[in-house]
Formats: sequence, C-alpha cells, structure tokens
Amino acid sequence: MTVQDIIKPENLVYQKSKLLTNKPFHYCPGCGHGTVHRIIAEVLEELGVDDRTIGVSPVGCAVMAYDYFDVDFVEAAHGRAPACATGIKRVWPDKIVFSYQGDGDLAAIGTCETIHTCNRGENITMIFVNNGIYGMTGGQMAPTTLEGMKTATTPYGRKATLPAGAGFDGIPNNGYPLHITELIAHLPGTKYVTRQAVYDPAHVRNAKKAIKKAFENQINGKSGVNFVEIVSNCNSNWKMEPVAANKWLVENMLPEYPLGDIKVDGKLVEK
Amino acid sequence: MASFKGAISVDTERCKGCGVCVVNCPMGVISLAKEVNGKGYNYAYMAEPDKCIGCASCGIVCPDGVISVYKVKL
Ligand SMILES: Cc1ncc(C[n+]2csc(CCOP(=O)(O)OP(=O)(O)O)c2C)c(N)n1
Ligand code: SF4
Ligand code: SF4
Ligand code: SF4
Ligand SMILES: [Mg+2]
Repeated sequence: MTVQDIIKPENLVYQKSKLLTNKPFHYCPGCGHGTVHRIIAEVLEELGVDDRTIGVSPVGCAVMAYDYFDVDFVEAAHGRAPACATGIKRVWPDKIVFSYQGDGDLAAIGTCETIHTCNRGENITMIFVNNGIYGMTGGQMAPTTLEGMKTATTPYGRKATLPAGAGFDGIPNNGYPLHITELIAHLPGTKYVTRQAVYDPAHVRNAKKAIKKAFENQINGKSGVNFVEIVSNCNSNWKMEPVAANKWLVENMLPEYPLGDIKVDGKLVEK
Repeated sequence: MASFKGAISVDTERCKGCGVCVVNCPMGVISLAKEVNGKGYNYAYMAEPDKCIGCASCGIVCPDGVISVYKVKL
C-alpha cells in the first residue's frame, strides 16, 4: 500500500481545527502559543459554541490571537483581559467568554485584574500561558521567571535576595517566582484551577481535556472562574532551539510549577 | 491484533522546521529535509514512510498545525 493510497479523505484521523483561520501563526518555530491556540480551537469546535464565543487577547506575543481564531475577539489593554471579559460576560451572560494571557500580562501588569476577577467569581474561562519571561519585548524578567534564570533584565540570573558578603545579606532583590495560580486557587471565586503543559502529545491531550472542562463549566453556568495555566516555552528568549527548550522546561520549569489540578468543583485538591 | 498503517501530509510551506514532531514520533518516521521552504525552514517530511502507524502524535504536537494524519486498518 502506497502513501498515496492512504492519504485519502476517508482515512483522515487528524487535522487542524476548522475554527483556525488560514493565517499562519506569527509565533517563533516551536512556540507553545501555537499549540495552545490549536487545542482551544479544537475544544470550541467540539463543544459547538463557536458562534457564541468571544475571546479576549492580551498584550504580549499572543496580541494578534484574534487573527487566528474564527470567533469574535476583543484585544484588551495590557493586563486588562479579565476585566474586559468580565464586562462582556455581564452584558451577554449567554456568550462563552475567555481571556488568553501571558505571564507578564496576567501576573505582572494585570495582577490587579487577575485577582479581582477571580475574587468576584466571574463565570469566564481564563487561559494563562506561562513561559517565565516577557516574550514579546525581548526577554525581560517576569514575576514567574525562575530563580537563577538569565533574562535581559537579570543578566546574572534572577536572585530572590542579594548575594551574601556584599553588606546587603538577605535583602530582597528580584523576588521569588510568583505562583499566581496557587494564589487565586485560594479565592472562593475560582471554580476550576489547573496547571498543564503542551510539550509532548500526552500533555497536549491532558491540557485539551482541562481546557474542555474549563469551558464546559462555563457553559453549564457554574459560577466561578475556570483557570487553566499552561507551562510553555519561549525558546527564542530562553536562547535555545525548540526541542532543547522543551527539555529545559521539563527539567527546570516543572519542578517549580508542578502539573495537575489544583482546584476542582470549587474544592482544593489534596496533595 | 489489528495493525494499522498510516501516512502524514505536511503543509511544507507553513512548516517552521522546529523539529518538535521529529522527536515526538514514536516510530522515527519524520526527519527535517535538507532543502528549505520559501521561508528558509528545513521542513518536516516522512523519511521512513513504511514505519508510520497513523498514531497522530506528530499532528497533536505540531505548534503550527501543519500536519494532517491518515490511517488505514490492515
Ligand atoms: C502599558 C504597557 N506597558 C508595557 C508594555 C510593553 N510590553 C508589551 S508585551 C509585554 C510583556 C509580555 O509578556 P507576557 O505577557 O509574558 O507575554 P509573552 O510575550 O511572553 O507571551 C510588555 C511589558 C506595553 N505594551 N504596554
Ligand atoms: S518570543 Fe517567545 S513567546 Fe513570543 S513567539 Fe517567540 S518563542 Fe513564542
Ligand atoms: S512540528 Fe510542525 S512546524 Fe515543527 S517541524 Fe514538525 S511539522 Fe514543521
Ligand atoms: S502518525 Fe505517528 S507514526 Fe506516523 S509520523 Fe506521525 S507520529 Fe510518527
Ligand atoms: Mg511570557
């Protein structure tokens, strides 16, 4: 049997979602943003809610997400996506509303909007792509940057406290990696909180299941924020090739940001 | 046990040559071409087509969604 015999419409088992437009992603080769877009589109297509979905894109590399999804979209000011999503959902409770943000957007400039949206328990879905850095602007330190990680603004590596012996022992400097996802899980306004990854097929499948649950909860009208963090790579600003960046992610990001459900149906998961 | 034979088609012009599909194919089917596409990327192709089982791992992991997967039962 030749390849031509197999490549026929009736034998198709996988192709990208029809809810993605034909515009090629502008993301760097191997960037997790593309994978996350793909599985969100698959979920919306499978749930059949594309005609009543409104996405809110961030400032960051995903700023032009509106070009890639064939659903309605708004582009929010930096960090304000959850506030924007709040307004849309309150005016149109029947719409399925989701925000999509990076770690600089969600956990630095937008911390206020993140915490208060979660605290108000808006019935929306929040997607949080954590690559531990400001990707779009050239790799500055984010609140989520790992200790010791070199970035444009921490060229010697992020230090939570200044080094000993300099007369400043123990003085806070760059702060600690911010676990915003664990933080918002403790707010009564969050319904479902989980951390996932997309570096290999098994984790893409898990992440897709989590995103599906995060939308199903909203569709079923369960009040409360459904929050999905995806630990992702920014291979360009980590200055690694894509495959090496994914390996580095497994070895360095995941020990700091372990995967799994943190809160399900409004109850913290016992670890 | 039923066995399967698969094949993939890569949208060569949209592939960015990231290599993520190459390392995630359990059968070692995919390689990056020596030639480049219009954007200068060494695109992915089926170097060992006979080994493909149509598991779709490559399609599921490709950040740019450029792989379609086909499968037949033998
Ligand atoms: C008000 C304002 N401040 C700062 C910036 C510059 N800026 C653009 S994107 C960005 C950070 C993006 O990082 P992140 O949210 O992690 O997204 P990524 O690109 O990593 O996906 C910053 C600081 C801006 N555009 N607007
Ligand atoms: S700069 Fe980083 S986050 Fe932005 S597209 Fe490139 S790899 Fe992705
Ligand atoms: S994962 Fe996709 S973009 Fe990357 S090399 Fe394979 S086919 Fe090309
Ligand atoms: S379908 Fe499976 S076996 Fe075939 S090329 Fe893709 S990953 Fe490899
Ligand atoms: Mg980032």
